[in-house]
Amino acid sequence: MTSRSMAVHEPAHSRRQALKFAAAAAFAAVLAPRMVHATEAQVADELKKLFGGKTMAEGKVKLDVPEIAENGLVVPLNVDVDSAMTDKDFVKSVHIFADGNPQPQVVSYHFTPESGRAAASIRMRLAQTQNVIAVAEMSDGSLYSTKAQVKVTIGGCGG
Amino acid sequence: MAALLAGAGPGALAQAVKGQALTEADLIRFDKPGTVTLLHLTDLHAQMVPLYFREPSVNLGVGEVKGLPPHLTDQAFLDYFKLPAGGRDAYAMTSLDFVNLAKTYGRMGGMDRMATLVKAIRAQRGADKVLLLDGGDALQGSWTSLKTQGEDMVKVLTAMDLDAMVGHWEFTYGADRVLELKEKAPFAFLAQNIRSTEWQEPVFDAAKIYDKGGAKVAVIGQAFPRTPISNPRWMIPDWEFGIREDEMRSQVEQARAAGADVVAVLSHNGFDVDRKMASRVKGIDVIFTGHTHDAMPAPVKEGETLLIATGSHGKFLSRLDLDVKDKKVTGYRFQLIPVFSDAITPDPEVAKIVAAERAPYEKDLAREIGRAGTLLYRRGNFNGTLDDMICQAMLEERDVEIALSPGFRWGGTLLPGDPITFDAIGNATAITYPACYRINMTGKQLKDMLEDVADNIFNPDPYFQGGGDMVRVGGMGYAIDVSKDIGSRISGMTFLKTGKPIEADKSYAVAGWASVNQGVEGPPIWEVVEKYVARVKDVNIAPNSSVKVTGA
Repeated sequence: MTSRSMAVHEPAHSRRQALKFAAAAAFAAVLAPRMVHATEAQVADELKKLFGGKTMAEGKVKLDVPEIAENGLVVPLNVDVDSAMTDKDFVKSVHIFADGNPQPQVVSYHFTPESGRAAASIRMRLAQTQNVIAVAEMSDGSLYSTKAQVKVTIGGCGG
Repeated sequence: MAALLAGAGPGALAQAVKGQALTEADLIRFDKPGTVTLLHLTDLHAQMVPLYFREPSVNLGVGEVKGLPPHLTDQAFLDYFKLPAGGRDAYAMTSLDFVNLAKTYGRMGGMDRMATLVKAIRAQRGADKVLLLDGGDALQGSWTSLKTQGEDMVKVLTAMDLDAMVGHWEFTYGADRVLELKEKAPFAFLAQNIRSTEWQEPVFDAAKIYDKGGAKVAVIGQAFPRTPISNPRWMIPDWEFGIREDEMRSQVEQARAAGADVVAVLSHNGFDVDRKMASRVKGIDVIFTGHTHDAMPAPVKEGETLLIATGSHGKFLSRLDLDVKDKKVTGYRFQLIPVFSDAITPDPEVAKIVAAERAPYEKDLAREIGRAGTLLYRRGNFNGTLDDMICQAMLEERDVEIALSPGFRWGGTLLPGDPITFDAIGNATAITYPACYRINMTGKQLKDMLEDVADNIFNPDPYFQGGGDMVRVGGMGYAIDVSKDIGSRISGMTFLKTGKPIEADKSYAVAGWASVNQGVEGPPIWEVVEKYVARVKDVNIAPNSSVKVTGA
């Protein structure tokens, strides 16, 4: 396999996954531009834009992501927020961030009491090992948040 | 030491037979039979014929398990388990004085010998009281298993009346072949932790309940959770793995609800992962561990769960007898039975299968290519002389500056003077993605790769450990502090040819094999090794001091 042919098949962002073990590590040199990744501070900025400086509590949000991604291109995520989902008390929205992706905002879900349950599943691309953050906004304006690190590996020689 | 109990006690057998020839009867002598007898094999790596296998002299544990079994080697191992030095236990379970003891005690394993022990125990106990379990990596690791795509070992295990197995390297034959072998085999292939990517449906049965000795024994299967990361994902593109702790919890509950008196997990997680899982998932009576190739003469107890470690390559058979009363395990006895091939009469049925499976390839297998001048072994966290040989072969035959060889834990040992046959080369290289590639890598890429692999072994959280050993490196030295975090473990990378530091921006010609990428090009690694051995004839490997380890 030449570096060139891999570069054609693999979009730049997937290179961490494509680099499995030493094998094709060379083509990273061909894919010249160094990616600029988001940081925790950028995610904090995004949250500030959305919610002002409002404090976030822990709890209520259950975030299910693998501890190690099997394929960084499609990392499964399930989020489930504990709520009665009544007219008076429901989850308005859930926002997912990935603090090591070029674009930290992954997805936002909006719910109504008719949703019945504030739960959703998605598959997202993760460029590198990073934190995935879920923030739930409740109908009374309160915020709940949780985060989990997902490892995206280039190595692994199990045997 | 509360964890160490059980049976006749480690070493008792050694005492009993000191000064006299070991017999089959000595090997299967057992204190007091239980309600049910559980026999465990694991990580056979398709070794049908007896072999030498040197246990590691370096097997570091990090974080909470630092200094705990199985992260004890040599004298520390003997001290912990109260075993005498220089005896057969020391030979079977450590690397101390290996060459001399190997000459005294001979080769170990061999599926015909294993079958003799299994059949003898079944005859003793009654087949209705015995369950035979295989912990995975049974179908891969030899030339014949590669050529028959695992079928040779399926035949052997079928003849041994195996009840259930789990998988890891099995998956490197591809999804279709695994399903085909599963259909052919009369035994169960269990995995609670594999789901179809699209629908998240179970691919295999998660568990099976067996009636043995009047007790209901639930066996829950756990495949190697990191298979799609450690091995080519493209060979199993529609399957997702993972530890799936919540689902394991639910399997345990389901097993109890279905009336199980005993809940056993047949696991290929690796020992540290299993120990952590046992601390978090309640209600498991015993975990038969695998993957990390640890052999321990007594169970380790984590809470109420017994952890059994049966070693690898057919060197050992574990026997665990459980007393079951009022739907509960009330007592146990354990024996790690070493399979000393010279002391055991081969079982004729399995011997016939082994001979028949090898016959079509005998010309290749027997081909003598060179000789081991020095001891050639693989196991150890950082390097082994067999891998030094493979790296040297890549450096010279592929004309590169640096060689990388995967940190596999399987592969036999050759004593000084042993012929290097093609069979022996196959035992260390027979994989379905063998291409020996040649590429350029920058110093930075080499460092990132070393860091990544190191984190897979030395992450203090076992759930982040993938098993395997450190990637072997030829032509380059480095220092590693195993106590640090990813990104800061590796330093002092040195280009050995010049003695100069590896430069981050400089490009180096690199050869390696066992890439998990699809479409990798290059000759199969066994061809590269054969060429090299044929040329040098006598393989002498000097002690390797190019990896400096701290933080252990």
